[in-house]
Amino acid sequence: MRFVDEFRDPELIAKASDEIRRLSDPNRHYRFMEVCGGHTHAIYRFGLKDILPSNIELIHGPGCPVCVLPMGRIDDGLAVAKDANVVFTAFGDMMRVPGTHGSPLEHKARGVDVRIVYSPADALQLARRNPDKQIMFFAIGFETTAPSTALTLMRAKAEGVKNFSVFCNHVTIVPGIRAILDSPDMRLDAFIGPGHVSTVIGCRPYEWIARTENKPVVTSGFEPLDLLQSIVMLLRQLKAGEAKVENQYKRVVPWEGNRAALKVLAEVFQLRPYFEWRGLGFISQSALKLRDEYAEWDAERRYPIPGTRVTDPKAAQCGEVLKGVLKPAQCKLFGNKCTPEHPIGALMVSSEGSCAAYYNYEHRKAAAMASSAGSAA
Amino acid sequence: MCLAIPGKIVSLVPDQEHIGTVEVAGVRRKVDLGLLQEEPPKAGDWVLIHVGFAMSKISEQDALEQMHLLQMLGESDLAMQEVRGYGLEEDGDSGPPAAKAN
Ligand code: SF4
Repeated sequence: MRFVDEFRDPELIAKASDEIRRLSDPNRHYRFMEVCGGHTHAIYRFGLKDILPSNIELIHGPGCPVCVLPMGRIDDGLAVAKDANVVFTAFGDMMRVPGTHGSPLEHKARGVDVRIVYSPADALQLARRNPDKQIMFFAIGFETTAPSTALTLMRAKAEGVKNFSVFCNHVTIVPGIRAILDSPDMRLDAFIGPGHVSTVIGCRPYEWIARTENKPVVTSGFEPLDLLQSIVMLLRQLKAGEAKVENQYKRVVPWEGNRAALKVLAEVFQLRPYFEWRGLGFISQSALKLRDEYAEWDAERRYPIPGTRVTDPKAAQCGEVLKGVLKPAQCKLFGNKCTPEHPIGALMVSSEGSCAAYYNYEHRKAAAMASSAGSAA
Repeated sequence: MCLAIPGKIVSLVPDQEHIGTVEVAGVRRKVDLGLLQEEPPKAGDWVLIHVGFAMSKISEQDALEQMHLLQMLGESDLAMQEVRGYGLEEDGDSGPPAAKAN
Protein backbone atom coordinates (compact mmCIF):
# COMPACT_ATOMS: atom_id res chain seq x y z
CA MET A 1 0.00 0.00 0.00
CA ARG A 2 1.66 3.20 -1.15
CA PHE A 3 1.66 6.54 0.65
CA VAL A 4 0.15 4.91 3.65
CA ASP A 5 2.18 6.95 6.09
CA GLU A 6 1.10 10.13 4.34
CA PHE A 7 -2.53 9.22 4.77
CA ARG A 8 -4.13 11.50 7.26
CA ASP A 9 -5.63 8.74 9.29
CA PRO A 10 -4.31 5.26 8.54
CA GLU A 11 -6.61 3.78 11.14
CA LEU A 12 -9.68 5.17 9.44
CA ILE A 13 -8.36 3.89 6.12
CA ALA A 14 -8.01 0.40 7.58
CA LYS A 15 -11.50 0.64 9.02
CA ALA A 16 -13.02 1.74 5.72
CA SER A 17 -11.29 -1.05 3.86
CA ASP A 18 -12.58 -3.60 6.39
CA GLU A 19 -16.03 -2.18 5.95
CA ILE A 20 -15.70 -2.55 2.18
CA ARG A 21 -14.77 -6.21 2.58
CA ARG A 22 -17.67 -6.77 4.96
CA LEU A 23 -20.24 -5.11 2.72
CA SER A 24 -19.17 -6.58 -0.61
CA ASP A 25 -20.49 -9.91 -1.74
CA PRO A 26 -17.50 -12.10 -2.73
CA ASN A 27 -19.63 -13.82 -5.36
CA ARG A 28 -20.46 -10.60 -7.09
CA HIS A 29 -18.30 -8.47 -9.41
CA TYR A 30 -18.84 -4.74 -8.89
CA ARG A 31 -18.17 -2.15 -11.55
CA PHE A 32 -18.09 1.43 -10.26
CA MET A 33 -17.36 4.34 -12.58
CA GLU A 34 -15.49 7.35 -11.26
CA VAL A 35 -16.69 10.07 -13.57
CA CYS A 36 -14.03 12.66 -12.81
CA GLY A 37 -10.47 12.57 -14.14
CA GLY A 38 -9.22 14.05 -10.87
CA HIS A 39 -10.53 10.93 -9.15
CA THR A 40 -8.81 8.70 -11.72
CA HIS A 41 -5.53 10.44 -11.00
CA ALA A 42 -6.00 10.10 -7.23
CA ILE A 43 -6.98 6.42 -7.47
CA TYR A 44 -3.77 5.52 -9.32
CA ARG A 45 -1.59 7.84 -7.32
CA PHE A 46 -2.74 6.37 -4.01
CA GLY A 47 -2.73 2.80 -5.25
CA LEU A 48 -6.33 2.32 -4.15
CA LYS A 49 -6.58 -0.80 -6.30
CA ASP A 50 -4.21 -2.45 -3.82
CA ILE A 51 -6.61 -1.67 -0.98
CA LEU A 52 -9.83 -2.77 -2.68
CA PRO A 53 -10.91 -6.41 -2.98
CA SER A 54 -10.36 -7.74 -6.49
CA ASN A 55 -14.07 -8.01 -7.22
CA ILE A 56 -14.48 -4.22 -7.02
CA GLU A 57 -13.46 -2.80 -10.36
CA LEU A 58 -13.10 0.94 -10.88
CA ILE A 59 -13.93 2.07 -14.40
CA HIS A 60 -12.55 5.42 -15.52
CA GLY A 61 -15.12 7.84 -16.81
CA PRO A 62 -15.17 10.68 -19.33
CA GLY A 63 -14.47 13.52 -16.88
CA CYS A 64 -11.22 14.81 -18.32
CA PRO A 65 -11.98 17.90 -20.42
CA VAL A 66 -8.78 17.73 -22.45
CA CYS A 67 -9.42 14.07 -23.25
CA VAL A 68 -12.96 14.38 -24.59
CA LEU A 69 -12.17 17.21 -26.99
CA PRO A 70 -12.04 15.86 -30.54
CA MET A 71 -8.91 16.66 -32.50
CA GLY A 72 -10.85 18.67 -35.07
CA ARG A 73 -11.63 21.35 -32.51
CA ILE A 74 -7.93 21.81 -31.74
CA ASP A 75 -7.22 22.05 -35.46
CA ASP A 76 -9.97 24.65 -35.81
CA GLY A 77 -8.65 26.74 -32.94
CA LEU A 78 -5.13 26.62 -34.31
CA ALA A 79 -6.39 27.51 -37.79
CA VAL A 80 -7.70 30.80 -36.38
CA ALA A 81 -4.39 31.40 -34.64
CA LYS A 82 -2.54 31.32 -37.96
CA ASP A 83 -4.01 34.76 -38.60
CA ALA A 84 -0.99 36.96 -37.95
CA ASN A 85 -2.79 39.21 -35.53
CA VAL A 86 -4.42 36.55 -33.36
CA VAL A 87 -2.90 35.35 -30.09
CA PHE A 88 -4.03 31.83 -29.12
CA THR A 89 -4.30 31.52 -25.34
CA ALA A 90 -5.16 28.37 -23.41
CA PHE A 91 -4.45 26.57 -20.15
CA GLY A 92 -1.16 24.70 -19.92
CA ASP A 93 -3.01 21.36 -20.13
CA MET A 94 -3.90 22.08 -23.75
CA MET A 95 -0.40 22.86 -24.93
CA ARG A 96 0.83 19.34 -25.64
CA VAL A 97 -2.42 17.92 -26.95
CA PRO A 98 -1.81 16.68 -30.50
CA GLY A 99 -3.66 18.27 -33.39
CA THR A 100 -3.45 16.96 -36.95
CA HIS A 101 -0.52 19.27 -37.66
CA GLY A 102 0.97 19.25 -34.19
CA SER A 103 0.11 20.54 -30.75
CA PRO A 104 -0.32 24.20 -29.79
CA LEU A 105 3.24 24.08 -28.45
CA GLU A 106 4.57 22.82 -31.78
CA HIS A 107 2.69 25.62 -33.52
CA LYS A 108 4.37 28.06 -31.18
CA ALA A 109 7.76 26.68 -32.19
CA ARG A 110 6.77 27.44 -35.78
CA GLY A 111 6.10 31.05 -34.94
CA VAL A 112 2.34 31.03 -34.19
CA ASP A 113 1.62 33.30 -31.21
CA VAL A 114 0.52 30.71 -28.63
CA ARG A 115 0.55 31.57 -24.92
CA ILE A 116 -0.30 29.77 -21.70
CA VAL A 117 -2.67 31.50 -19.33
CA TYR A 118 -3.67 30.20 -15.94
CA SER A 119 -7.01 31.96 -15.89
CA PRO A 120 -9.43 33.30 -18.50
CA ALA A 121 -9.16 36.59 -16.60
CA ASP A 122 -5.50 36.69 -17.61
CA ALA A 123 -6.42 36.26 -21.27
CA LEU A 124 -8.73 39.25 -20.93
CA GLN A 125 -5.95 41.20 -19.26
CA LEU A 126 -3.67 40.43 -22.22
CA ALA A 127 -6.35 41.93 -24.45
CA ARG A 128 -6.54 45.11 -22.35
CA ARG A 129 -2.77 45.43 -22.52
CA ASN A 130 -2.41 44.72 -26.23
CA PRO A 131 -5.15 46.68 -28.00
CA ASP A 132 -3.42 46.14 -31.34
CA LYS A 133 -3.74 42.35 -31.07
CA GLN A 134 -6.71 39.99 -31.07
CA ILE A 135 -6.63 37.72 -28.03
CA MET A 136 -8.54 34.46 -28.38
CA PHE A 137 -9.09 32.24 -25.35
CA PHE A 138 -9.46 28.55 -26.26
CA ALA A 139 -11.84 27.53 -23.48
CA ILE A 140 -12.15 23.96 -22.26
CA GLY A 141 -13.65 22.40 -19.18
CA PHE A 142 -16.80 21.13 -17.54
CA GLU A 143 -19.09 23.13 -15.28
CA THR A 144 -16.22 23.64 -12.86
CA THR A 145 -14.45 25.93 -15.31
CA ALA A 146 -17.24 27.30 -17.49
CA PRO A 147 -18.46 29.90 -14.93
CA SER A 148 -15.00 31.50 -14.91
CA THR A 149 -15.08 31.88 -18.68
CA ALA A 150 -18.63 33.24 -18.45
CA LEU A 151 -17.75 35.84 -15.85
CA THR A 152 -14.71 36.89 -17.88
CA LEU A 153 -16.97 37.44 -20.89
CA MET A 154 -19.34 39.51 -18.76
CA ARG A 155 -16.41 41.67 -17.67
CA ALA A 156 -15.21 42.02 -21.28
CA LYS A 157 -18.67 43.10 -22.38
CA ALA A 158 -19.16 45.54 -19.50
CA GLU A 159 -15.83 47.19 -20.25
CA GLY A 160 -16.25 46.97 -24.01
CA VAL A 161 -13.00 45.11 -24.62
CA LYS A 162 -13.42 44.32 -28.30
CA ASN A 163 -10.15 42.61 -29.12
CA PHE A 164 -11.01 39.60 -26.95
CA SER A 165 -12.85 36.46 -27.98
CA VAL A 166 -13.60 32.97 -26.68
CA PHE A 167 -13.40 29.76 -28.71
CA CYS A 168 -15.82 27.82 -26.57
CA ASN A 169 -15.42 24.08 -26.00
CA HIS A 170 -17.13 23.88 -22.63
CA VAL A 171 -19.02 20.64 -22.11
CA THR A 172 -21.54 19.50 -19.53
CA ILE A 173 -21.03 16.32 -17.57
CA VAL A 174 -24.52 14.83 -17.33
CA PRO A 175 -25.06 14.13 -21.07
CA GLY A 176 -21.64 12.44 -21.09
CA ILE A 177 -22.78 10.10 -18.33
CA ARG A 178 -26.02 9.47 -20.19
CA ALA A 179 -24.13 8.56 -23.36
CA ILE A 180 -22.09 6.03 -21.42
CA LEU A 181 -25.16 4.50 -19.83
CA ASP A 182 -26.76 4.27 -23.27
CA SER A 183 -23.84 2.49 -24.86
CA PRO A 184 -24.70 -1.19 -25.22
CA ASP A 185 -21.30 -2.60 -24.27
CA MET A 186 -21.33 -0.94 -20.88
CA ARG A 187 -22.45 -2.51 -17.64
CA LEU A 188 -22.04 -0.42 -14.50
CA ASP A 189 -23.33 -0.85 -10.95
CA ALA A 190 -22.87 2.64 -9.55
CA PHE A 191 -21.14 6.00 -9.92
CA ILE A 192 -18.60 7.91 -7.89
CA GLY A 193 -19.86 11.42 -8.71
CA PRO A 194 -17.49 14.25 -9.60
CA GLY A 195 -16.32 16.51 -6.78
CA HIS A 196 -15.61 19.94 -8.18
CA VAL A 197 -18.19 19.94 -10.97
CA SER A 198 -20.74 19.34 -8.23
CA THR A 199 -19.70 22.46 -6.30
CA VAL A 200 -21.27 24.31 -9.23
CA ILE A 201 -24.18 22.10 -10.33
CA GLY A 202 -24.93 20.46 -6.97
CA CYS A 203 -26.26 16.92 -6.60
CA ARG A 204 -29.74 17.19 -8.12
CA PRO A 205 -28.65 16.75 -11.75
CA TYR A 206 -27.68 13.15 -10.92
CA GLU A 207 -31.04 12.17 -9.50
CA TRP A 208 -32.27 10.61 -12.77
CA ILE A 209 -29.35 8.16 -12.61
CA ALA A 210 -30.72 6.82 -9.35
CA ARG A 211 -34.37 7.11 -10.28
CA THR A 212 -34.56 5.91 -13.86
CA GLU A 213 -31.35 3.89 -14.17
CA ASN A 214 -31.58 2.49 -10.66
CA LYS A 215 -27.90 3.12 -9.98
CA PRO A 216 -26.47 4.69 -6.82
CA VAL A 217 -24.40 7.88 -7.09
CA VAL A 218 -22.12 9.24 -4.38
CA THR A 219 -20.43 12.61 -4.93
CA SER A 220 -16.93 12.20 -3.57
CA GLY A 221 -13.89 14.12 -2.38
CA PHE A 222 -10.40 13.35 -3.60
CA GLU A 223 -8.55 12.03 -0.58
CA PRO A 224 -8.02 8.28 -0.20
CA LEU A 225 -10.38 8.24 2.75
CA ASP A 226 -13.03 10.18 0.80
CA LEU A 227 -12.90 7.68 -2.04
CA LEU A 228 -13.03 4.66 0.26
CA GLN A 229 -15.93 6.16 2.19
CA SER A 230 -17.76 6.79 -1.06
CA ILE A 231 -17.28 3.15 -2.01
CA VAL A 232 -18.64 2.11 1.40
CA MET A 233 -21.70 4.30 0.79
CA LEU A 234 -22.25 2.78 -2.66
CA LEU A 235 -21.93 -0.77 -1.30
CA ARG A 236 -24.39 0.00 1.49
CA GLN A 237 -26.95 1.17 -1.03
CA LEU A 238 -26.41 -1.85 -3.25
CA LYS A 239 -26.69 -4.21 -0.30
CA ALA A 240 -29.94 -2.59 0.79
CA GLY A 241 -31.21 -2.68 -2.79
CA GLU A 242 -31.41 1.12 -2.90
CA ALA A 243 -30.44 3.68 -5.50
CA LYS A 244 -30.11 7.28 -4.43
CA VAL A 245 -27.79 10.25 -4.72
CA GLU A 246 -25.64 10.88 -1.67
CA ASN A 247 -23.06 13.53 -0.95
CA GLN A 248 -19.83 12.35 0.67
CA TYR A 249 -18.07 15.66 -0.11
CA LYS A 250 -20.38 17.86 1.97
CA ARG A 251 -17.53 20.00 3.23
CA VAL A 252 -17.18 21.48 -0.26
CA VAL A 253 -20.29 20.51 -2.29
CA PRO A 254 -23.60 22.17 -1.42
CA TRP A 255 -26.58 20.02 -2.43
CA GLU A 256 -27.99 22.86 -4.52
CA GLY A 257 -24.65 23.85 -6.07
CA ASN A 258 -23.42 27.42 -6.46
CA ARG A 259 -26.37 29.57 -7.50
CA ALA A 260 -24.29 32.61 -8.40
CA ALA A 261 -22.15 30.49 -10.73
CA LEU A 262 -25.24 28.89 -12.32
CA LYS A 263 -26.69 32.36 -12.91
CA VAL A 264 -23.53 33.54 -14.63
CA LEU A 265 -23.55 30.40 -16.81
CA ALA A 266 -27.16 30.98 -17.85
CA GLU A 267 -26.50 34.64 -18.61
CA VAL A 268 -23.64 33.98 -21.04
CA PHE A 269 -24.09 30.48 -22.44
CA GLN A 270 -26.77 28.37 -24.03
CA LEU A 271 -26.76 24.69 -24.91
CA ARG A 272 -25.59 23.63 -28.35
CA PRO A 273 -28.01 21.25 -30.06
CA TYR A 274 -25.18 18.72 -30.21
CA PHE A 275 -21.40 18.51 -29.86
CA GLU A 276 -18.85 15.90 -30.75
CA TRP A 277 -16.98 14.15 -27.95
CA ARG A 278 -13.89 12.14 -28.65
CA GLY A 279 -14.81 8.48 -28.59
CA LEU A 280 -18.44 9.07 -27.69
CA GLY A 281 -19.48 10.75 -30.94
CA PHE A 282 -22.15 13.44 -31.20
CA ILE A 283 -24.08 13.95 -27.96
CA SER A 284 -27.11 16.19 -27.97
CA GLN A 285 -27.26 19.18 -25.65
CA SER A 286 -23.89 18.34 -24.19
CA ALA A 287 -21.92 21.54 -24.73
CA LEU A 288 -22.19 25.29 -24.34
CA LYS A 289 -21.98 28.13 -26.81
CA LEU A 290 -22.13 31.88 -26.38
CA ARG A 291 -25.55 33.51 -26.44
CA ASP A 292 -26.35 36.02 -29.20
CA GLU A 293 -25.79 38.87 -26.73
CA TYR A 294 -22.15 37.79 -26.67
CA ALA A 295 -21.81 37.11 -30.41
CA GLU A 296 -19.19 39.85 -30.73
CA TRP A 297 -16.89 37.92 -28.39
CA ASP A 298 -17.55 34.54 -29.98
CA ALA A 299 -14.47 33.38 -31.92
CA GLU A 300 -16.62 30.95 -33.89
CA ARG A 301 -18.65 33.84 -35.26
CA ARG A 302 -15.80 36.30 -35.59
CA TYR A 303 -13.43 34.11 -37.60
CA PRO A 304 -13.92 31.64 -40.41
CA ILE A 305 -13.78 28.18 -38.83
CA PRO A 306 -12.83 25.27 -41.06
CA GLY A 307 -15.06 22.85 -39.12
CA THR A 308 -12.43 20.14 -39.28
CA ARG A 309 -13.47 16.59 -38.49
CA VAL A 310 -10.70 14.08 -38.12
CA THR A 311 -10.88 10.53 -37.00
CA ASP A 312 -8.29 9.42 -34.50
CA PRO A 313 -5.40 7.33 -35.81
CA LYS A 314 -6.78 3.85 -36.51
CA ALA A 315 -4.82 1.94 -33.92
CA ALA A 316 -5.56 4.50 -31.19
CA GLN A 317 -8.34 3.27 -28.94
CA CYS A 318 -8.96 6.47 -27.02
CA GLY A 319 -12.70 6.17 -27.53
CA GLU A 320 -12.97 2.73 -25.96
CA VAL A 321 -10.75 3.78 -23.08
CA LEU A 322 -12.80 6.96 -22.53
CA LYS A 323 -15.99 4.93 -22.36
CA GLY A 324 -14.39 2.52 -19.92
CA VAL A 325 -14.78 -0.41 -22.31
CA LEU A 326 -11.02 -0.94 -22.50
CA LYS A 327 -8.34 -0.42 -19.88
CA PRO A 328 -5.51 1.90 -20.96
CA ALA A 329 -2.98 -0.92 -21.26
CA GLN A 330 -5.34 -2.76 -23.65
CA CYS A 331 -4.85 -0.08 -26.30
CA LYS A 332 -2.43 -1.35 -28.94
CA LEU A 333 -0.39 1.83 -28.83
CA PHE A 334 -0.11 2.05 -25.06
CA GLY A 335 3.46 2.26 -23.82
CA ASN A 336 5.04 1.72 -27.22
CA LYS A 337 3.90 4.30 -29.78
CA CYS A 338 1.96 6.31 -27.22
CA THR A 339 3.73 7.50 -24.06
CA PRO A 340 3.59 10.70 -21.98
CA GLU A 341 6.75 11.83 -23.79
CA HIS A 342 5.21 11.18 -27.23
CA PRO A 343 1.45 11.18 -26.76
CA ILE A 344 -0.79 10.10 -29.62
CA GLY A 345 -4.04 10.62 -27.77
CA ALA A 346 -5.04 13.30 -25.28
CA LEU A 347 -5.61 10.70 -22.56
CA MET A 348 -1.85 10.34 -22.43
CA VAL A 349 -1.24 14.10 -22.05
CA SER A 350 -3.32 15.30 -19.17
CA SER A 351 -2.52 14.07 -15.67
CA GLU A 352 -6.26 13.46 -15.39
CA GLY A 353 -6.29 11.26 -18.46
CA SER A 354 -6.52 7.59 -17.55
CA CYS A 355 -3.71 6.53 -19.92
CA ALA A 356 -1.24 9.00 -18.38
CA ALA A 357 -2.35 8.10 -14.84
CA TYR A 358 -2.02 4.40 -15.58
CA TYR A 359 1.33 4.88 -17.30
CA ASN A 360 2.83 7.07 -14.59
CA TYR A 361 1.89 4.82 -11.71
CA GLU A 362 1.12 1.25 -12.79
CA HIS A 363 3.26 0.91 -15.91
CA ARG A 364 6.38 2.53 -14.45
CA LYS A 365 5.99 0.43 -11.29
CA ALA A 366 5.71 -2.78 -13.32
CA ALA A 367 8.69 -1.78 -15.47
CA ALA A 368 10.79 -1.06 -12.37
CA MET A 369 9.82 -4.41 -10.88
CA ALA A 370 10.64 -6.24 -14.09
CA SER A 371 14.05 -4.59 -14.34
CA SER A 372 14.95 -5.27 -10.71
CA ALA A 373 13.83 -8.91 -11.16
CA GLY A 374 15.96 -9.03 -14.31
CA SER A 375 19.05 -7.68 -12.57
CA ALA A 376 18.54 -10.08 -9.65
CA ALA A 377 18.47 -13.07 -11.99
CA MET B 1 -6.49 22.11 -14.68
CA CYS B 2 -9.20 20.76 -12.45
CA LEU B 3 -7.02 21.66 -9.51
CA ALA B 4 -8.73 23.48 -6.70
CA ILE B 5 -6.24 25.48 -4.72
CA PRO B 6 -6.95 26.66 -1.18
CA GLY B 7 -6.20 30.28 -0.33
CA LYS B 8 -6.91 32.78 2.42
CA ILE B 9 -8.42 36.13 1.56
CA VAL B 10 -6.14 38.78 3.01
CA SER B 11 -7.86 41.87 1.65
CA LEU B 12 -10.53 43.07 -0.71
CA VAL B 13 -9.61 45.60 -3.36
CA PRO B 14 -11.51 48.77 -2.32
CA ASP B 15 -12.70 50.11 -5.68
CA GLN B 16 -13.19 46.69 -7.32
CA GLU B 17 -15.36 44.78 -4.94
CA HIS B 18 -15.18 41.57 -6.98
CA ILE B 19 -11.41 41.29 -6.66
CA GLY B 20 -9.68 39.95 -3.57
CA THR B 21 -6.06 39.39 -2.67
CA VAL B 22 -5.51 35.83 -1.52
CA GLU B 23 -2.52 34.19 0.02
CA VAL B 24 -1.56 30.67 -0.99
CA ALA B 25 1.42 29.20 0.84
CA GLY B 26 2.94 32.65 1.27
CA VAL B 27 2.30 33.83 -2.29
CA ARG B 28 -0.17 36.70 -2.74
CA ARG B 29 -2.27 37.05 -5.83
CA LYS B 30 -5.47 38.72 -6.90
CA VAL B 31 -8.40 36.45 -7.69
CA ASP B 32 -11.93 37.11 -8.88
CA LEU B 33 -14.59 36.62 -6.20
CA GLY B 34 -17.55 37.16 -8.52
CA LEU B 35 -18.76 33.55 -8.32
CA LEU B 36 -19.38 33.90 -4.58
CA GLN B 37 -21.79 36.85 -4.87
CA GLU B 38 -24.52 35.04 -2.99
CA GLU B 39 -22.42 34.99 0.13
CA PRO B 40 -19.58 37.45 -0.45
CA PRO B 41 -16.40 36.41 1.34
CA LYS B 42 -14.49 38.77 3.59
CA ALA B 43 -10.89 39.11 4.67
CA GLY B 44 -9.86 36.10 6.73
CA ASP B 45 -12.13 33.65 4.90
CA TRP B 46 -10.69 30.60 3.14
CA VAL B 47 -11.72 29.75 -0.41
CA LEU B 48 -11.03 27.12 -3.04
CA ILE B 49 -9.61 28.74 -6.16
CA HIS B 50 -9.99 27.31 -9.64
CA VAL B 51 -8.39 29.02 -12.67
CA GLY B 52 -8.16 32.35 -10.88
CA PHE B 53 -11.71 32.41 -9.52
CA ALA B 54 -12.80 31.62 -5.97
CA MET B 55 -15.42 28.89 -6.34
CA SER B 56 -16.39 27.98 -2.80
CA LYS B 57 -15.80 28.97 0.78
CA ILE B 58 -14.26 26.32 2.98
CA SER B 59 -13.11 26.03 6.57
CA GLU B 60 -9.51 26.67 7.53
CA GLN B 61 -9.06 23.00 8.40
CA ASP B 62 -10.40 21.89 5.03
CA ALA B 63 -8.07 24.38 3.37
CA LEU B 64 -5.05 22.91 5.11
CA GLU B 65 -6.18 19.41 4.21
CA GLN B 66 -6.66 20.42 0.60
CA MET B 67 -3.07 21.69 0.47
CA HIS B 68 -1.93 18.41 1.99
CA LEU B 69 -3.92 16.53 -0.64
CA LEU B 70 -2.21 18.48 -3.43
CA GLN B 71 1.12 17.53 -1.89
CA MET B 72 0.12 13.89 -1.73
CA LEU B 73 -1.01 14.02 -5.34
CA GLY B 74 2.34 15.50 -6.31
CA GLU B 75 0.55 18.57 -7.60
CA SER B 76 1.53 21.22 -5.11
CA ASP B 77 4.31 22.57 -7.35
CA LEU B 78 1.90 22.72 -10.24
CA ALA B 79 -0.60 24.52 -8.05
CA MET B 80 1.97 27.08 -6.95
CA GLN B 81 3.07 27.55 -10.55
CA GLU B 82 -0.55 28.24 -11.40
CA VAL B 83 -0.97 30.68 -8.52
CA ARG B 84 2.18 32.56 -9.49
CA GLY B 85 0.88 32.58 -13.02
CA TYR B 86 -2.18 34.61 -12.01
CA GLY B 87 0.28 37.36 -12.53
CA LEU B 88 -0.86 39.27 -15.51
CA GLU B 89 -2.71 41.83 -13.43
CA GLU B 90 0.38 42.50 -11.35
CA ASP B 91 2.20 44.26 -14.19
CA GLY B 92 5.08 41.94 -13.55
CA ASP B 93 6.19 44.12 -10.63
CA SER B 94 6.11 41.42 -8.01
CA GLY B 95 7.98 39.20 -10.37
CA PRO B 96 5.57 36.49 -11.55
CA PRO B 97 6.90 34.80 -14.64
CA ALA B 98 5.15 35.97 -17.76
CA ALA B 99 2.99 33.05 -18.78
CA LYS B 100 5.37 31.01 -20.83
CA ALA B 101 4.68 27.97 -22.89
CA ASN B 102 7.27 25.49 -21.88
S1 SF4 C 1 -2.59 4.71 -25.18
FE1 SF4 C 1 -2.63 6.60 -26.39
S2 SF4 C 1 -3.71 6.09 -28.25
FE2 SF4 C 1 -4.14 4.44 -26.78
S3 SF4 C 1 -6.04 5.05 -25.79
FE3 SF4 C 1 -4.39 5.86 -24.54
S4 SF4 C 1 -4.06 7.97 -25.31
FE4 SF4 C 1 -5.28 6.87 -26.85
